[in-house]
Amino acid sequence: MREFGYRRADDVHGAVALLDGDPEARFLGGGTNLVDLMKTGVERPARLVDVSRLPLDGIGPSEDGGLHIGATATNSDVAAHPEVRRRYPALAQAVLAGASGQLRNMATVGGNLLQRTRCGYFTDVTMPCNKRLPGSGCPAVEGEHRNHAILGASAHCVAVHPSDMGVALAAFDAVVHYETADGAQELALADFYRPVGDTPHLETALPTGALITGVTLPPAPVAAHSRYRKVRERASYAFAIGSLAAAVEVRDGTVHDVRLAFGAVASRPWRARAAERVLAGAPADADSFAAAADAELAAAEPLPGNGYKVTLLRNLVVSVLTELCEEAAR
Amino acid sequence: MPPSASSAITLTVDGEAYPLTVDHRTTLLDALRERLDLTGTKKGCDQGQCGACTVLVDGRRSLSCLQLAVAAEGREITTVQGLADGEQLHPVQQAFLDCDGYQCGYCTPGQICSAVGMLGEHAEGWPSAATDDVRPEAGPPPLTDDEIRERMSGNLCRCGAYVAIVEAVARAAGNAGNAPADGDSRSDGDAEVPGTVRKGAAA
Repeated sequence: MREFGYRRADDVHGAVALLDGDPEARFLGGGTNLVDLMKTGVERPARLVDVSRLPLDGIGPSEDGGLHIGATATNSDVAAHPEVRRRYPALAQAVLAGASGQLRNMATVGGNLLQRTRCGYFTDVTMPCNKRLPGSGCPAVEGEHRNHAILGASAHCVAVHPSDMGVALAAFDAVVHYETADGAQELALADFYRPVGDTPHLETALPTGALITGVTLPPAPVAAHSRYRKVRERASYAFAIGSLAAAVEVRDGTVHDVRLAFGAVASRPWRARAAERVLAGAPADADSFAAAADAELAAAEPLPGNGYKVTLLRNLVVSVLTELCEEAAR
Repeated sequence: MPPSASSAITLTVDGEAYPLTVDHRTTLLDALRERLDLTGTKKGCDQGQCGACTVLVDGRRSLSCLQLAVAAEGREITTVQGLADGEQLHPVQQAFLDCDGYQCGYCTPGQICSAVGMLGEHAEGWPSAATDDVRPEAGPPPLTDDEIRERMSGNLCRCGAYVAIVEAVARAAGNAGNAPADGDSRSDGDAEVPGTVRKGAAA
């Protein structure tokens, strides 16, 4: 591991000033991803600015009646919080579906949004990877890609974003708040992750040196009827091979409001807006749910080894929406 | 001038203060084992996947292999070596002995620290991925075997002692009196009966 300097920030402004837009410096939160990547040589920062003790760990009502979650709140804090569990249960479920108890106690919300893909070519510095070393190529396209993207990828990179939490945040229209030397700014999560295109190494729209300070969720009554379902290759403590955050409100047998987001299918949490459009005002039945899934997945471009994900996501949409509707009818 | 690559810090481990100068690259795990000679905490994968290095940081279970020592300054660190009260083993340690919750023993310090942290989380009412209804109105989830397995899934045991580990954790939960009864009467001693088959006990 490369030698590096370490400073602990006292406040948000101090943290941004300490980092000073230095491309060789990194903010350190829980460290569960960054320290691991430093050990393998994927990340080689010259300096770390520890932001894990900044007073940004609060979770509470936001000005518009939604919910604010501070950037240094741990995953555990989020999943345990009564307002998250009551008003956005799919968010609590998504967080609980990720990692292990130990990792959830360490990992922070800000770091979760910025975590890197677990693509085996990205994490192996002996292999080419356009995300790690732009222009070096993407072995996954013709190599091991069973768990790679089916939506929004390009010939330059087919890696998926590993977050569970982000999938629920995408479904609930989260807004990311951040601080720069020029002051506080915000970005809708929908605009936070950049399209892959030919620049897979440029992952987010965050300006260089910006510090994520928190996330807000707008009020959404539909979110109280929500669920996160994760499919993985073992029963616990594994990344998703496909996941779904879903919320639905039915009135008089038709869909009044619906939110759908997919995980482990793209370089970012994938909000399924085409599916939502099909469902708006449609009968709340399995045929509609399947048609909605098909509308979203019509854009899928599976690789030879991951076509199963199309079927998997379709089945997830139908089964989870059916369950939510049946439960609401009781 | 490049920034300094080391810092003088004080680590607080099992109630003792240890001043030391660390290279910033030193993990908490390596500081414990190589610098402080506290080798009870084990190095397994060293990449956050096995849980052998689990310690408690300010009372919460954490992976010492993914935490930098310099970033742990000022935290209360508890290792498996700090759990007992003199000669009196921690109830979780005693339960692992009573239930034979190990084979080779290498993952055991991490398993025990993880279980101590997990029982605290459960006592605070935290849900898990095995919890059917996470809404607070649903009340705290009973600590079923499924809940124990899910909550302990960050600790791997290559010997496959999981059946007895689940039993030990359930036993400790009963002894510690911090878990609601889940109706399978394990706290009245049926975990001691050889061959007793409990729901879902196969790992």
